[in-house]
Formats: sequence, C-alpha cells, structure tokens
Amino acid sequence: MPDALPRRRITLTVNGKEHSAETEDRYSLADFLRHGLGLTGTHLGCEHGVCGACTVLVNGEAVRGCLMLAVQAEGCRVTTIEGLADDDGALSPLQQAFMDNHGLQCGFCTPGILTTLTAYLRDHPNADEPEIREALSGNICRCTGYDTIVRAALAAARTIREGAKA
Amino acid sequence: MSSTAFVGQRVKRLEDPDLLTGKGQFLDDLKLPGLLEAAFVRSPFAHATFTEIDAEEARAMPGVHAVLTARDLPAEMQGQRILLQVPHPQITNAVTQEPLASREVCFVGEAVAVVIADNRHLAEDAAERVIVDWEPLPAASHCDAALKPGAPVTHSSMTDNIAGRLNLGYGDVDAAFRNAAHVVEERYAPHRGTGHPMECRGVAAVYDVVGDAFRIWTSTQTPHNTQRAVIDMFGLSEDKVRVITPDVGGGFGPKNQVYPEELVIPAAARLLGRPVKWAEDRREHFLTTTQERDQVWDVAAAVDADGVLLGVKGTLIHDAGAYLPWGIIMPYISATTLPGPYKLPAYRMAVTVAFTNLVPTTPLRGAGRPQAVFAMERLMDAVAQKLGLDPAEVRRRNFIQADEMPYDMGLTYRDGAPVMYDTGDYPQAQALALAKAGYDDFPARQKAALAQGRHIGIGIGNYVEGTGLGPFEGATIRILTNGRVAIYTGAAAAGQAHRTTLAQICADEMNVDVTDIDVVGGDTGVMPRGAGTYASRITVNAGSSVRVASIELRGKALALAAAKFDVKPEDVELTHGAVRIKGEQGDSITFEELAKMTSGMPGYALPKGVKPDLEASGYFTPPQATYSNGSHVAEVEVDAETGQVKILKYTVVHDCGTVINPMLVDGQVQGGVAHGIGNALLERMVFDADANPLTTTFADYLMPTAELVPDCDIVHMESPTPLNPLGAKGAGEGGTIPAPAAIVAAVESALTPFGLRITDCPITPQRIVELIQTAQETIQEDH
Ligand code: FES
Ligand code: FES
Repeated sequence: MPDALPRRRITLTVNGKEHSAETEDRYSLADFLRHGLGLTGTHLGCEHGVCGACTVLVNGEAVRGCLMLAVQAEGCRVTTIEGLADDDGALSPLQQAFMDNHGLQCGFCTPGILTTLTAYLRDHPNADEPEIREALSGNICRCTGYDTIVRAALAAARTIREGAKA
Repeated sequence: MSSTAFVGQRVKRLEDPDLLTGKGQFLDDLKLPGLLEAAFVRSPFAHATFTEIDAEEARAMPGVHAVLTARDLPAEMQGQRILLQVPHPQITNAVTQEPLASREVCFVGEAVAVVIADNRHLAEDAAERVIVDWEPLPAASHCDAALKPGAPVTHSSMTDNIAGRLNLGYGDVDAAFRNAAHVVEERYAPHRGTGHPMECRGVAAVYDVVGDAFRIWTSTQTPHNTQRAVIDMFGLSEDKVRVITPDVGGGFGPKNQVYPEELVIPAAARLLGRPVKWAEDRREHFLTTTQERDQVWDVAAAVDADGVLLGVKGTLIHDAGAYLPWGIIMPYISATTLPGPYKLPAYRMAVTVAFTNLVPTTPLRGAGRPQAVFAMERLMDAVAQKLGLDPAEVRRRNFIQADEMPYDMGLTYRDGAPVMYDTGDYPQAQALALAKAGYDDFPARQKAALAQGRHIGIGIGNYVEGTGLGPFEGATIRILTNGRVAIYTGAAAAGQAHRTTLAQICADEMNVDVTDIDVVGGDTGVMPRGAGTYASRITVNAGSSVRVASIELRGKALALAAAKFDVKPEDVELTHGAVRIKGEQGDSITFEELAKMTSGMPGYALPKGVKPDLEASGYFTPPQATYSNGSHVAEVEVDAETGQVKILKYTVVHDCGTVINPMLVDGQVQGGVAHGIGNALLERMVFDADANPLTTTFADYLMPTAELVPDCDIVHMESPTPLNPLGAKGAGEGGTIPAPAAIVAAVESALTPFGLRITDCPITPQRIVELIQTAQETIQEDH
C-alpha cells in the first residue's frame, strides 16, 4: 500500500459552473460529485451499476455515476438533479409532472430517474408508454410501483411537445 | 366547525419540492464538520469462533484514527447485547446481537471490528488488513432442516435451534376433521426475500463533551427505539440522547430495528471526540440488514360437502435467522392472520420458531401476513379443485358477512386484545374485484388464448390485515410567533408523506392552508415518546392525535382571542390564520399576534385569567387494532417454454376505512403490489448448504422493474372504523399482502393444461420450467 494514493486535478463543468478540484484516481464520479463538490442530490443505491439511482448526464447522455471514474469526466459537461430546474428555480416540465402525478415517495431513486428521463424525453419526445417503461427498466424504485412515474413521464412529454410547438 | 377542505382530497405532497431538486437530506448527505467515516470488519463465515483480532497493520494505515474490537468498546458496553424490542413469554432463547461480536459470529456479515478513518475509502482499505483467527463451525442453513435431530446448532451455547414455540387456536378441531366430507392437505413454502429500500441504512453521531450527550442521526423507522437502546446500553437519562431521522429513503420494515452500528458509531464518536458516520453499502445491506425469508406450513382444511370450512389445523416453521431482534412477533402475526375473511369454526396452529445461521428476520412490509394469506388462499384453491368448484364460489360460501361485524375471530392479537374485526364488507370487496377484472368472461378468454397456444390464467387473493396498532403515537401542535402552525410528532417518515397527511388533518381543524403548516417528525428531541412507523399505524395513531390536539388548540386560540376581545368564545371563529369576531365588521387578531401574546414578549399583555398556552398535545391510544381488507385479482400470461410471466391485468379492491388522501393511498397500494410481485415472481435470497449468501447484488437478486409491474386498477371501498376519530385504518401494506397468493394462483391457472400445483413462491422462470418438466415426467410415467 503506497503512502500517498494517486490523485489528480480535474476540471469539468457541473450544472453550468466550471469546477477544478483534486480527486483520488479511484473515486467514482458519483462520490466526487457528492463528497468532492458537495452535490448530494445524486444518490447511490447499489454502487454496482444496476439500480440507476446515481445516474447523471455527462455531455447530455445518461451515465451511471457509480461506474464512471471522476477522472474520466475531465473536460466534460455534467448535469445532476441540482441542475434540472431553471436558474430562477422553476421546476422543469419533468420535475413538475412528478409533483403533479405523485411520481415519488421517499425520493431516493428520484434523482436518477429524473436524469434518465430528461435525456430520454429530449431524444424521444413522442415516446409512448411501453417505450417509457423500457427506458425506465434500468432504474429501480422500491416505493412507487412505477405507474405514477410513467404517467409523469407521459405528461412531461406532452408539455415538452407543446412547448416545442409554441 | 370542522370542514373537510383537505381531508379526502388528492392534496399534492409538501415533501416534493425539496426531493425533486436534490435538496433532500438523507443520512449520507449530512455535512458535519470534522466528520470521520467508518467501515466494519465482518465475518466471512456463517458460524465461527475467534480469539484474536490483529489490527496492528490497520491501525498504522494512512488516515486511520482507530480500529475498535469488542474489547475496545467503552466499559458500559462490555458484555451487553442490544435490547430485545418485543419480549414475549414464549421465547425460549431471547438472544440479540452484541454491538461487536466478542468470540462467536452466527451469520455472514456479523461485525467484529470497526475502522474509523478520514473517509470511507481509507476505512475500507484498513478493514481489509484486519486479521481474525477464525475457527469455522458447522452452520444451520434452513429452518426446516435446523429442527431435525442432529442439525448443527446456530449458537454453540445452545443444544437445539428452537427460539420459541406458540400454540394458537380455538374450537374442536378434531371433531371438525372427523365430521369433514373432504380434507385437503398441503405443504406451503413461501419465501419473503428482503426489504431493499433504495437507501441503505446509515448512522452518524456527535458526542457533546460539555453536556455528556449524544446527537444521533439514523436512517430508521423508529427513532425512539434507537434512543431506548442507546439509553439502555450507556445507562444514560433520556435527555442525553437525541435521535433524529433525516430524510429516509424507504423503510418497509427492515429499518424498524436497532442495529449494532447504531450503538458502535456513537461509542466511536465519544471515544474519538469527533463526529463519526457509517453509511451501509448494498453488499452490507444484503448481508446484515434484517430480512423475512422462509416459512414452512403443513396445513390441512376440513370442509363439508359444499366446501364450507369446518376447521383448519397445521404446523408452521418460521425462520428467525441468527438472533431475535423483534422477538417472535412475525410468526405470531402469521398464525393469527391465516383465517382471513372467512368463517373458521375451529383452528389449531402449532408454531416453531427456528434459529438458523442466517441474517436475522424481522417484519417486512406485510410482516408474516403475505405467507399466511398465501397458505389460506392456496387452501381455498385446493378445496375448489377437490370439489370441482370455482375458486371464487368457494370463497363466497365462506365469507364473514358485513352484518356480522364486529366479528370476534376467537384469537388474541399481538396487542393482547381479541382479534375483533371492526368493519368491512368482504363479499362485496371480492364481488367488486371480480367484476372489475372481468372474471366471468375469463373462461372464454382463456379458451381463445389456448387456441392460439397462449397460456393465460387468473387468480384471487383475499385478506384481512390488522393495522393501526397501539400503544400510541403522539403529536404536539403549536401556533408559532411567525403565524405558522407547527406539528411535532414522534413518527418518522420514509416516503409515506406523513407531512402532507398530518398537515391535511390539522389544516381542516385550524382553518389554514396545508402550506401554512410545518411538520417536524421522527426527532426524539421534539417528541419525547413514540413507538415507530410500522404495522401501518401512523395515520391511525399520529393522525388521530393530530386531530384531537388540533381541536384542543383551536379551542385555546378561540378562548384567548375571545378574552382579548372580551366576548364569548362562541362569538369568535377561525379564518385563515386569524381569529375574528363573527359578523360583518368583526375585529380580528392574527395567529402571529396570538402567539406573541403567549410568548412572554414584552409589549404583549395576556388577558386576565388566561394561561400563556397556545399548544396542545395528543397521544391517541387505540383500544385495539383496526382491520383493513381487500381483494386482488391477477391475470397473467405464462410462456411455458421460458417460464416468463407477464401480468396482463391486476385489480385491487382496497378498504382502509376513511381515506385521508386518495392519491397517497393509491401510491401505497401500487407500490405495495409491486413489492408483492417481487415476492411472487423474482425475489429470492439464496444461501448455500453452509449458510453462505449467494445473492448479494441486484444482478443476482432481482427486483421488479417498470417493465414487469402493471398499472393496477385500484378501487377504494370505505368502511370507516368506529375505533378512532378519523375512521381510518392502515394502508401501507395491503398492496403487498395478497399479491403472491393471487399471482401464483393465476400462474397455476395458466398452466392448467399441465395439471400442476404450485405451493411455493417466488416462482422464478427456472422454477416454472422445472414444475412443468416435473409435471410432464409424471404424466409420462403414468402412461
Ligand atoms: S448506484 Fe449506480 S447504478 Fe446503483
Ligand atoms: S421513491 Fe422511494 S425508491 Fe423510488
């Protein structure tokens, strides 16, 4: 065991803000965001890539924060749940739809589900229910039984489509 | 005076804005200055002894502040075990865990040492370097085998694996079987799996040297239990131990215990004079967080020529795991739940609780009821098969009728009161569920599907569930000097939206908006007494306390304002955060001013003879449990090649008395059904013959996902209970309880052409294929 663990400085943009910080090479992106930057909205449910709670957007793509090393995010654009609402605090259409449709109970899985669906609905604004269920199949929620999440996603998709038309 | 602007409405949750924006404060999110983190050294063996722990190398590693073994714990903890939470006279061996095992470990994952370091990564590095001189011993790996003569013992100090025995029943069972036209008899082996809230457990502690006091945050359903256990362990007075629940990411039962870590982490914080935190990871959760697991039922039903029940008798073996943190309450609940909604003239159940070298078991969503309902509903289906009757018809012939309520089952419930069903219409619940599910047309659907080579099936699950258990839960309501109303309660939430529910009840009485109410729960510092969030009891107990206390507080606010205006209390009324004199031009005074009058603030005089008292507390103590009920109907399609099950339609009729917020109850039911689907089809905690856990990731242990769980068709019936001022019963577990019974029955119905019986669950695809193969082999042998 070496005395000093390998560390390096990384620079990345998180929720629109540039950060430069030291991290141990072995830190996952999720651990770095939570403990390095204090962005504790990203949660860890399994740390082995199955539950999806840790999902964040890296350069716009949904990525498991527990499976990616922080150092791999050098130069990347990262979005976490803290970055989904407008700058003025207005909830995104998806967040609002979760509130309106009871899309969460304990809220622990919610950050990963919101980030997953944010990317998915951006790319698939016309998604139907089976497609949304498939998109969600990598996120475990123990509380809700998913139905209200699916409804929230469908409602958000409608809002997004209407917004695009307007 | 009280209106129902909020109670009964789909009020949106007060919890959501924070949770949707990443502002939730879960245990691992707490930022405490100077925080150290812990990792535990855990047993790799299901059963072993040890004498020496060599932590020298670990202690010297970078960032490590301490490595503690049982011997290094404070003097008060030496030789102590965790307080037994539910004592029972029939427990033969009331053994709970040590905070750190001192010489013997009895399940894989039991902790023997803790490393405290600058962060979790460093603590884990060091934990790997701790050397223990393990001496492995034979292990008891299944509750059934554990009771056989010569089986390895779970604890080397014991001569057998019996943790307790219970004998329950009533009526002349022998006569019932003598006079029976038919007897059906089967062995059922339901497995429950685990709770798996998405947030694992965790605890953080700060020790205040000046006050000799602990502040402990823990991801628990029962902060007061943790407080009691810490007080008991350290011999402190109540005011020295404050336990706070942060946001809790799901509970489902397993967070309803006191765990070793909740004692060791405070001890470490005191020893080191620094805040210390431990956040469980998922692997630790699989190994050390309590589960529910296996029961084995050998049961027989005696019926007359029409399929009417005369008696049920049998034995039940219940897997306790290695310790008894919750005593033997689960098998007790199982045995008293079995009769369900049916008239059962005679009943006898002999229960044996068996120790095994597996992680302990404690109540998990449904708490012993899903297994009992599985056994009873499978028996009903067996009777139907034997007599050539429709399963729904057999149930119809046996229901307790609505006009027979209250109905005394002849048993004693876990609260010591008789099992006395309060209200409910069981025949109507099933009739509604069948109608919604299109039950009458099913045979035609099934025939048409079969013609296309598709196997579809339908199954029923009925249940009655004791909820709203006492002894009490409290609430204090106060008008604050900022004009807001605060509710303080001992009840801790884990996603059930207590804040919203309790605010709805209070808002109606105080005539304010729900958003004008602050709810502080799960903190022993604001509410000195509390039981906990389990047994679907919070709406009934805390909710009733909120109602009672709100009414009292309303009276106090009116009296104070009336005295101020020098009018009679009848002449004033509450209006949105103020009290005014009735009538057009009446004078009024805001809550803010009333609170300031009673706060001792200079310049705010109290009217003569009025006490400075603008708060009220209630501790509702229910006379007995309330009984929720429901009927589920599942329709499934089974792929006979692969064993895959698809749930085509799932219907729920749910009766939990008065519904405070239908949106939240729907959420509880839908989420509960999802858990039940896991129990029926996926979730099995597998151990090998040496009691080593084999399923320790979500890749091995499958949880239900959005592709498996359908949108349930939920219908509410409301049979208000007279037992509390709300008329409410519990709603948190009913979704789960009958789901395995209904789904397994549906799978069996789908596989009718193969002529097989299913008596266990979960029935994974492998299991279904295996059952089909066995059935086909039996047919071939018969020819
Ligand atoms: S924590 Fe990353 S997938 Fe579960
Ligand atoms: S809301 Fe609790 S896990 Fe999804």
